[in-house]
Amino acid sequence: MYPENPGVDMYRKGIYIVETSDSARGIKDAVPAMAKLIMKSLRGELLGSPADEGYIERGVRVNRFNDRIGAARAVDMLVKKLKGEEFRTEYPMPVFDRVPPAEPIKDMKNAVIALVTSGGIVPKGNPDHIEASSASKYGTYSIAGVQSADEVAYATAHGGYDPTYANTDPNRVLPIDVLREMEKEGEFKKLYDYFFTTVGNGTPVANAKKFGSEIGARLKKDGVDAVILTST
Amino acid sequence: MVKAIESTGIAVVHICTIVPISQTVGANRIVPAVAIPYPLGDPSKSREEEKVIRRGILEKALEALKTPIREQTVFN
Repeated sequence: MYPENPGVDMYRKGIYIVETSDSARGIKDAVPAMAKLIMKSLRGELLGSPADEGYIERGVRVNRFNDRIGAARAVDMLVKKLKGEEFRTEYPMPVFDRVPPAEPIKDMKNAVIALVTSGGIVPKGNPDHIEASSASKYGTYSIAGVQSADEVAYATAHGGYDPTYANTDPNRVLPIDVLREMEKEGEFKKLYDYFFTTVGNGTPVANAKKFGSEIGARLKKDGVDAVILTST
Repeated sequence: MVKAIESTGIAVVHICTIVPISQTVGANRIVPAVAIPYPLGDPSKSREEEKVIRRGILEKALEALKTPIREQTVFN
């Protein structure tokens, strides 16, 4: 399959997918590549790395010993990089896109601010069962009339950090108490009536993006001017 | 999440502990937090002192939201 084929993401873990070009013009290269893999499998031979055998990375980690320790390889790579020489990373980093900075708040005294957190603060008991890791959802909870994220009503569901301090005083992650003071003093007009929370522990980027888009759309509809997002 | 919310045009400030991660992923307005288990607190201090720390960080956050920026900016 061509790497951008949706079938790749769906099936890459379960089967070997030979990388091809994006049209039938590439079939003369695709068929021999597939045949090579098939013959190796039929002969019961162990398949090597994706780069060597021509298949798309399956996301499966295989342990193996290197002839040199990681520190030595890392220093070598760094020296090459500093010298401007070519080097090959052992682990490709994901590329993150950029978003243009939003316009700043011109009139803070009349602004509505919303609180969002990835620190996993939830109503005690985690009523919506937000996962401690790889969260598949976010929660939306009313804080109308709530003056503080106290330890009686709130706790953290996050499994990626020591929860002791957040559970003793959830304001350390979801700073409702001080925001209410600032609201009363007129630093901004209003703290939005809901806060949004999820657990940012091993959260798939696609999920985080989806949560953010949905939250953003709702806040936009409700006339929120700015967001404070806290992370642990 | 920060970027996805900001894409709708709402200004977002990210209060986080590991600033380089936030920068790599691409948040535009960043305010450094105290520590991972207590970004806006400090258990070694009294509750009142913690609130002062919390206030300081939140004031910086509001400042960040009011500041026009062209590129990613960490508000120390």
